Amino acid sequence: MVVSARGLSKRYGSTVALAGLDLDVPAGSVLGLLGPNGAGKTTTVSILTTLISPDTGTATVAGADLLTEPRKVRERIGLSGQYAAVDEHLTATENLEMIGQLYRLRRPEARRRAVELIEMFRLTEAADRPLKTFSGGMRRRIDLACSLIADPPVLFLDEPTTGLDPRSRTELWEIIRGRVAAGTTVLLTTQYLEEADQLADEIIVIDHGRAIAQGTSDELKRLVGGEHLDIRLSDVRLVADAARLIEKVATGPLRVLAERGEISAPVTGGPEALGVVLRDLNEAGIAIVDIGVRRPTLDDVFMELTGHAAEELPTPDSQGADSLTDGGAS
Amino acid sequence: MGTNPIIHVLADSLVIARRNIIRIKRVPDVLAFVLIQPLMFVVLFAYVFGGAIDIPGGNYREFLVAGIFAQTVVFGATFTGAGLAEDMQKGLINRFRTLPMSRSAVVAGRTASDVVYNAISIAVMSLAGLLVGWRIRGSVLDAIAAYALLLFFAYGFSWVMACIGLLVPTPEVVNNASFIVLFPLTFVANTFVPSETLPRLLQPFAEWNPISALTHTTRSLFGNIPAGTPEPTSWPLQNSAVYSLGWSLLLIIIFAPLATRLYQRGRTA
Repeated sequence: MVVSARGLSKRYGSTVALAGLDLDVPAGSVLGLLGPNGAGKTTTVSILTTLISPDTGTATVAGADLLTEPRKVRERIGLSGQYAAVDEHLTATENLEMIGQLYRLRRPEARRRAVELIEMFRLTEAADRPLKTFSGGMRRRIDLACSLIADPPVLFLDEPTTGLDPRSRTELWEIIRGRVAAGTTVLLTTQYLEEADQLADEIIVIDHGRAIAQGTSDELKRLVGGEHLDIRLSDVRLVADAARLIEKVATGPLRVLAERGEISAPVTGGPEALGVVLRDLNEAGIAIVDIGVRRPTLDDVFMELTGHAAEELPTPDSQGADSLTDGGAS
Repeated sequence: MGTNPIIHVLADSLVIARRNIIRIKRVPDVLAFVLIQPLMFVVLFAYVFGGAIDIPGGNYREFLVAGIFAQTVVFGATFTGAGLAEDMQKGLINRFRTLPMSRSAVVAGRTASDVVYNAISIAVMSLAGLLVGWRIRGSVLDAIAAYALLLFFAYGFSWVMACIGLLVPTPEVVNNASFIVLFPLTFVANTFVPSETLPRLLQPFAEWNPISALTHTTRSLFGNIPAGTPEPTSWPLQNSAVYSLGWSLLLIIIFAPLATRLYQRGRTA
């Protein structure tokens, strides 16, 4: 295991940020930490990158002990994301050279790597402009490039694409995939199931500072029932007829809201099922207002696992916090 | 890597200092903005209040400029605090703290580059002084000593502001909070008026105020104290060079380790 942590816990006053988290990241793989805001994702990254020390727990990162050899850990990691940053008055090249030198690269070496990364990230034209003229997506790319300048074997990406437009997001994913293909081990935090799906080999879902589920993306999706086909009819009186047709492609029981004319069916191979249902309904003369394939989201995972939506977390009341602390201490 | 740790601190501090100096070049308006205040004071005191202040046997404008220098470097130190507070706020300090760099280099590099910043400020203020009639009447060597003392004191004071910068949430707070302390410190002194003219109650404070000793030393090194002015009676002003140097050293000894510890602690959030 390149990153391995046992029983990490951290509390701020009476707020429990992390309540006994274990995790393992094998060499050359990507672990996704998936959870809503305040779940403990950033706390985990901050601990593993030596920014804060855990109240309890131990960890090794790239063969170095987090608590006794923080300096060695720092030599072997790169951090990018919401809690790392770049200097907006410096140019892309200057930022990269500075970080490179602070990683103890010699200046010519830092410069050579900076040029390489700027090319790889397709920022050559903007290389000598101060970063404040950059778009959000370009800044994130430079931020990521900074964490790669010394080619560290382990990369921590804290919500690397939060707030980015879809195109920038896809570009960043490509770059991250490239690093993983080259052998880098990655710990990634995200609020997006899709992002974890795209990048992570293994996903840990965390809530209130502890793991509530772990598995591959497929395993988690199976847990929440995979894809759904959602259909809304123009005429609510035809719900029963429509349901009979839709049942044929469904992989499980339908959810029918008869008075609203809405039917939701678990399916596999969403687009094909959608085609079949559209054809059947058309042949039967049943008109629809809306139809779509819905993939499970973080919300579904949360609904399934915790019974509450990711967005509307209950306030960390005394009951929840206490039970978490007990778990962390044992 | 088995190289000497002192070399690492110096090398890393140099990288950080170079970065800060690039920033002064890129955002010159910050420097301009910081210099407006002392320039206003030159104009205000030289032309508005100056006529009402009597310097026996001398010229008020000559008297004034050493005080303005002291005020400039003391206020200049807020730049150190604001810079670190900004780096903290923007998340740069967090990035630095995950790097295998020396743990004291970010603050040491900052205070070092702010010496350059203060040197530029003092150069501008000297030109302003020359324009309103200030002249260096002492030897070249004395003048160099005066400038060196100003910069050294500024360096010491930078470390105090570094600590404040690492404690507060935003750069604006550094400026607002420090004004409360810096105004009495630079005004209840011999910077703008001879300290003998202050109310009796304030005189001991003014006499022991290190800003007074700094001002007195540079004022006499520049030869701006008119002949026939009675010798100061208090110990800090009689030994003003030693006293202001001592303060500079004391500030470094206390606040340099403190700033490094505050940096290592980072922002707990």
